[in-house]
Amino acid sequence: MPKQGDVLLELQGLTRSFPGVLANDQISFRVGYGEIHALLGENGAGKSTLVKMIYGVLQPDSGVMKLHGEPFSPASPAVARAHGIGMVFQHFSLFEALSVTENIELGISPELAAGDLRQRIIDVSEFYGLKLDPDVLVGDLSVGLRQRIEIVRCLLQNPRLIIMDEPTSVLTPQEVDQLFKTLRRLADEGCSILYISHKLDEIRQLCHAAAILRGGKVINTCTPANETAKSLAEMMIGEVLVPASRDERELGDVRLKIKDLSLPSVSQFGVGLKQISLEIKAGEIIGVAGVAGNGQQQLMTALIGERSAMVPEAIQLDGQSVGQLGPGDRRRLGMGFCPEERLGHAAVPDMSLRDNVFLSARESQNLSRSGVLDHQNAQSFAADIVETFKVKTAGTGHSAKSLSGGNLQKFIMGREILQNPKVLIASQPTWGVDAGAASAIRTAILELAARGAAVLVISQDLDELMEISDRIAVLADGRLTPAQRVEQVTIEQLGTAMGGSSSAVLPDQSIKAGQSVPKGGGAHVQD
Amino acid sequence: MDLLVNIMLGIIIAATPLVFAAIGELIVEKSGVLNLGVEGMMIVGALAGFAATIELGSFWAGIAAAALAGALMALLFAVLTQSLLANQVATGLALTMFGLGLAALLGQRYSGKSAPEVSKLHIPGLSELPIVGPILFGHDAMVYLAVALVAVTAWFLKNTRQGLVIRAIGENHDAAHAIGHPVILYRYVALMFGGACAGLGGAYLSLVQTPFWVENMTAGRGWIALALVVFSAWRPWWAFMGAYLFGGITIIQLHGQGMGLDIEPQLLAMLPYIATIIVLVLISSDRTKARLNAPANLGQTFFKSS
Repeated sequence: MPKQGDVLLELQGLTRSFPGVLANDQISFRVGYGEIHALLGENGAGKSTLVKMIYGVLQPDSGVMKLHGEPFSPASPAVARAHGIGMVFQHFSLFEALSVTENIELGISPELAAGDLRQRIIDVSEFYGLKLDPDVLVGDLSVGLRQRIEIVRCLLQNPRLIIMDEPTSVLTPQEVDQLFKTLRRLADEGCSILYISHKLDEIRQLCHAAAILRGGKVINTCTPANETAKSLAEMMIGEVLVPASRDERELGDVRLKIKDLSLPSVSQFGVGLKQISLEIKAGEIIGVAGVAGNGQQQLMTALIGERSAMVPEAIQLDGQSVGQLGPGDRRRLGMGFCPEERLGHAAVPDMSLRDNVFLSARESQNLSRSGVLDHQNAQSFAADIVETFKVKTAGTGHSAKSLSGGNLQKFIMGREILQNPKVLIASQPTWGVDAGAASAIRTAILELAARGAAVLVISQDLDELMEISDRIAVLADGRLTPAQRVEQVTIEQLGTAMGGSSSAVLPDQSIKAGQSVPKGGGAHVQD
Repeated sequence: MDLLVNIMLGIIIAATPLVFAAIGELIVEKSGVLNLGVEGMMIVGALAGFAATIELGSFWAGIAAAALAGALMALLFAVLTQSLLANQVATGLALTMFGLGLAALLGQRYSGKSAPEVSKLHIPGLSELPIVGPILFGHDAMVYLAVALVAVTAWFLKNTRQGLVIRAIGENHDAAHAIGHPVILYRYVALMFGGACAGLGGAYLSLVQTPFWVENMTAGRGWIALALVVFSAWRPWWAFMGAYLFGGITIIQLHGQGMGLDIEPQLLAMLPYIATIIVLVLISSDRTKARLNAPANLGQTFFKSS
């Protein structure tokens, strides 16, 4: 029987290259039984490649892995799973047109899927406080709920080692606490956890050991409890970090006014908006906190103009009613938008960066003359974004999907911010983005506000909202609480407003709320 | 009464090749592959089935040869699109043209010959019932095989793990690959099954429906099968109904022409196409449902990048 401290997984000199990139260079470290081991590094540092090799998705070019002291070279994820390795992906491996149960069934062995899988899903998800309705289609679920599926799928397999890639980025503080309780309990039971995160405080709280990756190499290993968040970040980035500073700003007149905005949900399981009111002044940043699936998506589509409000006055820009204008008209009036989905919503994955600037900046930057695209202007605008926002890319001719999440997000934020919008609406601006890029994005948002723009940031990252917002409101069950000055609220108060109660198991808002949407209230507004 | 029975028999015979081809393509598309070569696979199957029956003197040898020939054509498509990552649309079109040409070339010596008559099922008692007997119980085995195939396919897709994996691969091949399902292997198998089904559909044309070998005898039925799959929103029983609808109107308008209806025959000949499209569009008008059924990765090349 292995005891705490024995080595479960040992990596020796793992190396893997892709055409033109050495993604992993001689990676070596050990994970002990029952150890929560952090893997720290910026996007592009090689973490994903490394865990894919451990999980059998990729094979190393050279180097050795040992599991329980035996040589271990999984040819496929199925082999890795058979050896007790489970993984919670950052980019979910989910199928939108299939139900929660079907999705889970696909990710586990046939033997495990046999029997009453549906009941076991309910049991496991309730046991770990990750409530899930097994019959819902995944396409109707929010990002936060989708992640629960991945975690439950993993837990169903009684794994010896769980790889978790950025698991907390979509959870409330209470859910994070609950997850940490779960992880610590698992660790006590002897299960090891390889934990990837950018949130340095979390790593210091949770992890027993850490390996820090930069440029495909292990730069350092340390005991996170003995480090500060700053020292960890600096090891990770390799340079000294300056936090975004929030200077006192002069607030101007009300720029964006939302008045009694109500909108029924499009999907059967979504949450509609109920009587949302908010005023944002020039120079002000308002944060909207809330657990995924509480109406964030509806709010975003209503503000962008993808769906019309019931009355034009529901959304007003500088006193002008824009509630029933489309996105193009709103942009013309000076609004800018950064939706949550980077690929597919904010940018076209297969189009080059140069072509992607046409999507939102065509008119404001005069990128077309009588309908003919001006590629030269687009090129210089794209190059401008890349330079100003330090986007790491081989060139503006490369496709949007070739960029890492953080770099693409910097590019999209840059595209909107350089158009100098009067009002900027951003959803999850730093989701899945590494610390360096996140800090750059936050600084850019603050600077935009300082130039007199009104900014609305919808995010599930409370630390982020506390850092940049002037006032914070909470979106729960489709209702928005009055915005309060950040100095006057605590994380705990916000968490309570987000979840309804401070108990460990949060009531599942999205599922309950879906049924309370009035029937026939125009649920067919969108296609 | 004889007329009614005749019409019903005609409909069943006209629909069966479409059922075979459509159900095969349905599985292929559910796995995320768009094979536009159905017409080509059908005609090669038609020739192979006809030739093997003549040479070997056995209907079932012909059927087996047709399925094999269709599957081989599909294998060619699979190698090109799944292993060599060729574009599916272009490859499918090429496969159709290749099949038509190949069958015309190899089929020259069979032109004008006719196939021996295929024995009908005879169930004492049932087959002798008036009207119902001949319509339900008096066909060749292939008609029943087609119905059984639809039933098995519908059940397979809905209730088995492999069926679930096929749907998942068609929905999101990258996620399926990340979980560890062999995307390319599944697509090879689905394609070869689809090819074999198209081959059977072709053989039914040359061995039962016509029954002789003529160049270009599929006459666009492969394309109809493709359309049926889309318009049925990838639901097996709807594709089946679509095939019978198409077969039905084809036969009825033929009888109409025979009885000297005062409508241009060209207009009548258009009728099956128009009616099938209209009906299937109407029943698929619930767009949310159609979108759920449509394989999201249909026609996209899977490149094992990570």
